[in-house]
Amino acid sequence: MNSSALIHAVIDGVLTGSVYALMATGLTLIFGVMDIINVAQGIFVILGAYLSYALSVHWGIDSFVGLVITIPTLFLVGIVVERAFIGRLKGPEKTAMSILVTYAISLVIEGSLNMIFSVNYVQISASYVNKTFRIFGVYFAYIYVYGFIMAAILLVALYVMLYRTRFGASIRASLADQTAAALVGIDVKRVSTICFGIGIAVTAAGGMVFGATNAFNASTSYDLISRLLVIIVLGGMGSLGGALLAGILMVTLEDIVGVVWSPVWSIIAFYIVLVIVLSIRPQGLFGKQSARVA
Amino acid sequence: MLKKKVNLLWLVAFAIALFVPNIITNPAYRQIAVITLIFTACATSWNMFSGYSGYVALGSAAFYGTGAYTMALVALHLHVHAGGDMFWLVPVGGIAAMLVAIPVGLIALRVRRHTFVVITIAIFFVFQLAAINFGFTGGTGGLTLPYIPWMIQNYHVPFYYVALAMLVFAIALSASVRRSRFGLQLLAIRDDEDRALGLGVKVFPVKLTGFAMSAFTIGMGGALYAMMQGQIYPQFVFDPIFDISIALMAFFGGFGTLLGPILGGLVLESSQQYLTVSYSNGSLYLILFGVLFLLVVLFMPQGIVVFIRDWWAKRQDRLAAANEAVGVQGGHS
Repeated sequence: MNSSALIHAVIDGVLTGSVYALMATGLTLIFGVMDIINVAQGIFVILGAYLSYALSVHWGIDSFVGLVITIPTLFLVGIVVERAFIGRLKGPEKTAMSILVTYAISLVIEGSLNMIFSVNYVQISASYVNKTFRIFGVYFAYIYVYGFIMAAILLVALYVMLYRTRFGASIRASLADQTAAALVGIDVKRVSTICFGIGIAVTAAGGMVFGATNAFNASTSYDLISRLLVIIVLGGMGSLGGALLAGILMVTLEDIVGVVWSPVWSIIAFYIVLVIVLSIRPQGLFGKQSARVA
Repeated sequence: MLKKKVNLLWLVAFAIALFVPNIITNPAYRQIAVITLIFTACATSWNMFSGYSGYVALGSAAFYGTGAYTMALVALHLHVHAGGDMFWLVPVGGIAAMLVAIPVGLIALRVRRHTFVVITIAIFFVFQLAAINFGFTGGTGGLTLPYIPWMIQNYHVPFYYVALAMLVFAIALSASVRRSRFGLQLLAIRDDEDRALGLGVKVFPVKLTGFAMSAFTIGMGGALYAMMQGQIYPQFVFDPIFDISIALMAFFGGFGTLLGPILGGLVLESSQQYLTVSYSNGSLYLILFGVLFLLVVLFMPQGIVVFIRDWWAKRQDRLAAANEAVGVQGGHS
């Protein structure tokens, strides 16, 4: 091991971590506003990846350009899914039921993707996928840098929307307390639907970068969702800043362990950090202590 | 009188179950029957903790896999005679799973429900990765158990009766927990954990005990499965589908009810196994399963058992009302 490999691991970790942070932000937003654990987030990422893949293979549309199609498409898919299934859930077991419903949705999508695209692994290819450039002796892969820039833009856009607009204020109000939000006249149902749409829409962007940097098929979603869940628990469920920080931290850590020790153990390190952090702070890094549901 | 009827029903069901190997003689279908019983026992046991306490655990495959690997490793290293003697290792697998469940519970049960779900998933993945990466587990190649030289035609029959005994054990345990003070404490935690704590329920030890108890049967299930298959792979005994399947069975039948997971397990696992044996197209199966699952959750969110019970109660009410109406009319004439 040498220090340049370590620096490389840190840089790659931060660059890819930002993409995970984007996907995890969608997941934690959905949980925070709706009390829904969306285990279909993994398959939505893969769906986004396949959409970009199909656009580039069949119509030759560049994957970054294709985002203007895939992001709105997945936003609409999210709206439809929320209206048709998620919005109907209520009662004390709502969160547990949400896991089952979203899991069922993910099975349906997984089966459909297998039928359409077969189970063979594919990867999105573009001129910049395997190219690198060099600054101060450190190599950067274009796709990681582009992915980072895209994730950063989308995250900033999301934060501006949340903290600078009136609609964002109603989302944050619903995050803090649904009943109180409804009492001051916020249409919590509408906010929930749109939040779910936004939470799914970010997977189009995340999935595109994921699909360009990894070979994938529909069952890759299991690995993805377990990572995303770990990230949002570590950050504190429902905390947007927590998801962002934990996403970058975890992926960087994974890359460092991969370089210092062995890639085999890097993913285990991911889970062990979670276990250690939770033994000290059960609510996660930025979770609210009051996150108790009777 | 109703009580007697119910007991009679259990007896009839048990008697029918005893003769299933005589009715089903095809080894492939007998295997389906054994796996169905194993899964139903696991679902019943899962429900005994998760259903009663409301803490949905989605990492139970960690215990299933632990049981399976315990069976394989002990049988291999202690040179247990291949054959009926290996059945003694089934409870050993259960105990190993229970021992594993205690530290897991110490970590996972510190948090409240939503986070608990996610942590159990994460812990499950730690187990799966460990099984893949440690040397003594044989890695992705898995382990081959001592070969049991039984005739293929009746190979599954002993497994069937052991699995049936395991299911009866799981049901008896779940029923007695439900009726006990301990079971009431679990239910109190499900309804309102803070209030239960305030009323003097030692919440943490109760949860941990329930969690470890449910791991016991699940570990036995894994051990029995490993023995029957004769070969285990980390991705099949530590399978995320297992986690979700047994939860689904419980929800399908009726979360937190005694009968629910039994019904759910028998219906879902047998149909799933049958479909996978009959149709090689796994994708179509995934879609069908997912759609069925969605329909059940959306239209019978409390599960089939509660749905039928409510429907029956309504029907009785209607009949009673109709009778009354007839009675009133009769009075007039």
